[in-house]
Amino acid sequence: MKTIKVLLIVSIVISTSAFIATNPNEGYKIGDTATDFQLKGVDGKMVSMSDYLDAKGFIVIFTCNTCPYSVRYEDRIIALDKKYKEKGFPVIAINPNDPSVSTGDNFKAMQKRAKDKGFTFPYLVDEGQKIYPQYGANKTPHVFVLNKEIDLFIVTYIGAIDNNSYDARSANIKYVEDAVEALMVGKTPQVTTTVAVGCAIKKR
Amino acid sequence: MNMLEKVFLILLILAFATCKSDPEKRNESANFEIEQLNYQSLKPILYKNDNKTYVVNFWATWCKPCVEELPFFEKINKIKNVKVILVSLDFPDQIESRLVPFIKEKNIQSKVVMMIDPDQNSWIPKINKEWTGAIPATLIYNSNKRKFYEQSFSYEQLQKEVTKFINYENN
Repeated sequence: MKTIKVLLIVSIVISTSAFIATNPNEGYKIGDTATDFQLKGVDGKMVSMSDYLDAKGFIVIFTCNTCPYSVRYEDRIIALDKKYKEKGFPVIAINPNDPSVSTGDNFKAMQKRAKDKGFTFPYLVDEGQKIYPQYGANKTPHVFVLNKEIDLFIVTYIGAIDNNSYDARSANIKYVEDAVEALMVGKTPQVTTTVAVGCAIKKR
Repeated sequence: MNMLEKVFLILLILAFATCKSDPEKRNESANFEIEQLNYQSLKPILYKNDNKTYVVNFWATWCKPCVEELPFFEKINKIKNVKVILVSLDFPDQIESRLVPFIKEKNIQSKVVMMIDPDQNSWIPKINKEWTGAIPATLIYNSNKRKFYEQSFSYEQLQKEVTKFINYENN
């Protein structure tokens, strides 16, 4: 009897862990409350969303140095920050890749990239890869537009920056801009989720 | 018709016959063009209805895990009644500089086509509504069964999955 009990417990443990393992990227849905974080930026300082007292929301972008799609979107990410920081929706970029798997994404390389491109926004390390799974980011670049309600960060848009991953000039639907513009006038974004091709996040 | 004319005619027929089989082996030739598709022109590739099992792999030369599993797809392509189609998501402005040299260097034998629609949000959910857009991703189907995989494969895993389709076909 005892053996059966042990076997039963063991099998329950195995099946639960298998279930968790197959759903690693559940992540946030629209309307969920996003977790704040405290992550190191390329300037060595720790950054949290709660540091931004005047922010009305955030454009959180999981991106990296090495993915060609991220590179093609860099100028557009800078433009988003320049356009919306003053209006209360700054960009926060988080690099979710494990540098032991993707050496081009190590801290030094991130510092260099931020300097070369003149990033106007914090570029943070997801140390220990704890934040991106909570958000449910599964590729780079992957955007989460958050709206601040009292002291909560509500997920209002998840997906791509715009509808042309190759070329900014040919993009004619700017999902992130549309979402932020809607939030600025107190409306709900019309398009709340989109998919786009990107590079899988590099895990250890 | 004299002997010489007969020989010439036979040679001519042979030449045409060789020409006809050429498109199948186009990756081998020095100059080849890669079909550039949008969703409408890709669609027929995703819904072929014959006795073959199709393995449609979405990849790009810049995607490391994709490149690592390519040899497995090449191997699977040799199985009878299995046809692998590699749908490249490389950037359209890097076809000549990256994609073509890559295919030549690796001597890729499977059919390679390119998806050039930059508005991924418009076509990714049509391929499979669960697809997040991350690659590698693979669709395996035949006339009876279809399944989408957003994952990397080992050769053993791929062979096991493809076998399920072949066996289903035979039952």
